[in-house]
Amino acid sequence: MANINELKYTYSLRIADNAWILSHRLSEWCSNGPLLEEDLALTNIALDLIGRAQTFYNYAAQLEGKGKTADDLAYRRNERQYYNNLLAEMPNGNFADTIARQLLMSVYEYYFFMSLQNSKDETFAALAVKTLKEVKYHMAHAADWTVRLGDGTEESHEKAQQAIDNLWMYTGELFEADETDTALIAQGLGVDNPSLHSLWETHIKNVLEEATLRLPTADYMQTGGRKGVHTEHLGHMLGEMQYLQRAYPDAKW
Amino acid sequence: MVSTAYTREDILQLLSRIADPEIPVVTIREIGMLQDVHMTETGCEVIITPTYTGCPAMGIIEADIKSLLDEHDINATVKMVYHPAWTTDNISEAAKEKMKKYGIAPPVHSGCDVANAEAQIACPQCGGKDTEQISRFGSTACKALYKCNECKEPFEYFKCH
Repeated sequence: MANINELKYTYSLRIADNAWILSHRLSEWCSNGPLLEEDLALTNIALDLIGRAQTFYNYAAQLEGKGKTADDLAYRRNERQYYNNLLAEMPNGNFADTIARQLLMSVYEYYFFMSLQNSKDETFAALAVKTLKEVKYHMAHAADWTVRLGDGTEESHEKAQQAIDNLWMYTGELFEADETDTALIAQGLGVDNPSLHSLWETHIKNVLEEATLRLPTADYMQTGGRKGVHTEHLGHMLGEMQYLQRAYPDAKW
Repeated sequence: MVSTAYTREDILQLLSRIADPEIPVVTIREIGMLQDVHMTETGCEVIITPTYTGCPAMGIIEADIKSLLDEHDINATVKMVYHPAWTTDNISEAAKEKMKKYGIAPPVHSGCDVANAEAQIACPQCGGKDTEQISRFGSTACKALYKCNECKEPFEYFKCH
């Protein structure tokens, strides 16, 4: 059994990886947004996520105690060493795909950080309080757009429904708990993910209803993020994201 | 060591001159990012807190603090803390007035939830009450985009946080 710092290291890394990978995805919208305000919104959210990733990577590095920096953790690990949820690495697709990913993820994050605020680990709790303020904006943004697209034109409705349906099978693993989760839950340090599922689903259902969209019923769920087993998309993304640090290690501006 | 000539109050006073890089009419002290100064054996430790976790101004602020104290031969380290989380409640009333004159509508109420539509934002240009939100996100993480239906000008609103 891993010691408590190792468990917290893994946990902090997972939170950071989710933020980091999703942030990179959103940054791909920079200069490609459907309208200027949306370009700004998506990149603002990306910036919040970079900030979050940095704080949790810093904490992970501190827990590990090997003198690594947040940058080492972000740029010097391979695909199998990333522990983000698969949902975060899904490609941007069309605008409805991105909004659906934002909705599913930010509502999850809302309940996750609400709960992490009560962690007995002071750093986790403090960072959760800080993060939660930002997540509320992300969630409101995603919900607004879900309603506009779902309850919009026939085409936007169809694309929004398709997007939710396509991403649905990546939502199951958000609520899994492996040995790391279980050990931290037992000590009051981590979030009891499985208990968040019904809160999340009710919340999503309400937004979808307002958007005249259906809650998917398919129950096959893909999993792998916690073990570092990813979809084909992550490798391509890391190839681009890590290129500079891999080709020119320790490059400075 | 020259730095012994300075007290904690002196250093806070000095740092009160540093402007927010993105809203240069207010200082880092007025906006609540400068939290404290601890005197140490070799100099001092300056405690700052970010408005938003990804705020890109933090690097500049840290550099500004170090270079200002360096000019006074004060040996300083800068420490960033996240607790207690920064809130717009930390912004002084005087700073809110300055922001308004600068053209940014200051946060209207405290401890607000995003769910409140923040509908009643007065235009900082003409004072008009008939305004509407264009986007929750603006040129920086801390601002939202609005427009005034009276003077027809767009403006930025410093979001409650």
